[in-house]
Amino acid sequence: MAFSVVVVGTSWGGLAALSKLLGGLPADFPIPIVVVQHRGKESEHLLRELLQDTTKLTVCEIEDKDPLKACTVHLAPSNYHVLIEQGFVSLTTEDPVRFSRPSIDVMFTSAGDVYRSETIGVVMTGANEDGARGLRHIAQLGGRALVQDPKTAEIPIMPAAAIKAVPKAEVLPLASIAPRLVELCQQANQVARLKTV
Amino acid sequence: MAVQIAETLVAGDAPDRNAPNYKPDLERIEIELLLEGVFRQYGFDFRAYAYASIRRRLWKRIEEEGLKSVSSLQERVLHDPQMMEKLLLDLSINVTAMFRDPGFYMTFRQHVVPLLRTYPFIRIWHAGCSTGEEVYSLAMLLREEGLYDRARIYATDINEVVLQRAKAGIFPLERMQEYTDNYIRAGGKKSFSEYYTAKYGGALFDQSLTKNVVFSQHNLVTDRSFSEFNVILCRNVLIYFDKTLQSKVHGLFYDSLITFGVLVLGSKETLRFMQHEESYQQIAPPEKIFRKVR
Repeated sequence: MAFSVVVVGTSWGGLAALSKLLGGLPADFPIPIVVVQHRGKESEHLLRELLQDTTKLTVCEIEDKDPLKACTVHLAPSNYHVLIEQGFVSLTTEDPVRFSRPSIDVMFTSAGDVYRSETIGVVMTGANEDGARGLRHIAQLGGRALVQDPKTAEIPIMPAAAIKAVPKAEVLPLASIAPRLVELCQQANQVARLKTV
Repeated sequence: MAVQIAETLVAGDAPDRNAPNYKPDLERIEIELLLEGVFRQYGFDFRAYAYASIRRRLWKRIEEEGLKSVSSLQERVLHDPQMMEKLLLDLSINVTAMFRDPGFYMTFRQHVVPLLRTYPFIRIWHAGCSTGEEVYSLAMLLREEGLYDRARIYATDINEVVLQRAKAGIFPLERMQEYTDNYIRAGGKKSFSEYYTAKYGGALFDQSLTKNVVFSQHNLVTDRSFSEFNVILCRNVLIYFDKTLQSKVHGLFYDSLITFGVLVLGSKETLRFMQHEESYQQIAPPEKIFRKVR
């Protein structure tokens, strides 16, 4: 089974973790990546620029109805929720969920609803429990759940909550997440090729 | 109140759609039937709203009512107009703030006000004005720039309840600090507190700000253009529509703007892939202020 989207959620310490993760992916990584990084209401394009410096993928800040693209990191803008739809993303200004907008749970839940077992969810460092419910939703619908090993996280609260919510999640040290994504993607391709033969 | 809202949302963001018996295709049929029923029974047309968002909000209502499926909500809504009123409030997002996105207002002062000075009379359409905070903001800005007396603002929304609140002009006192900060960053020229008095348990805004404002119900989905405007503001409304409906509403805006009129969208909205994309020039990016050039 091929994967259609990788969704990533992180908060405190996320910039360093995202740099490591995105920096470890090849320029031709074919699955669209959608990232929610909690940040200030007014923070603008700086995060995009910082992340772009770390990766060969194209990093873009989401605008409403942007199509999901290969080799691209779609970054949630500050102060909007991101909802995944079939092949594109929508923004909303609905109320914050557990004090967060963008909310990782909201984005993950919508990804699971649309892509179900074709979804890979990744929860990394952070100082709150956002992401745990969304990751559980993805896992319940047959998607993959990856969590940064709390021992390698700048703040372990967010990954620890995700592991508690999804006990069967794969727990990986930060440095192993990118290689694992590449591996999952290759396995999926091999299976797809076998099926076509 | 804030706590209560937070808790209802906890229920709303992780719907009980467990893997084994969850059928997304069937759910889609149910949602389409519900929206069709709402349209035919009540005339509110949500059929072309962005799907993920509408599904999320329907489930919030389903859970708050202790129901189990979209179909069960459909039964309640079709037979009970009060349930429809609740649903209407759920489905129309009314998040707003005075001088929301202060940078936009600053840019509007710098780049749009000079254009408006060239007209003897200015007609402005604020589409999807919700509870009116941004209408009052615009009125303040125009007054400070000496343009208010020759301006008329048509402030419309689909929802009569929010329009009543907009007309009343009473906003929560606890947000005044935030609004004051926004006002300053938006380039405000006075002291923000001059515009309101504490009254009726809230901040009552200077009623002369609405002297040239017409609040009126208008449905972007089903209603037509009703005039020609120098400026149309429609910020963070079209994000709730699917692309087809967005395109249709952009046609409505295009037809309602004079040549060289100004269209203002929300900061993460775009004209990309819209039929009229080539008809506009963006003034002062990154703000989403466009001028109709052909």
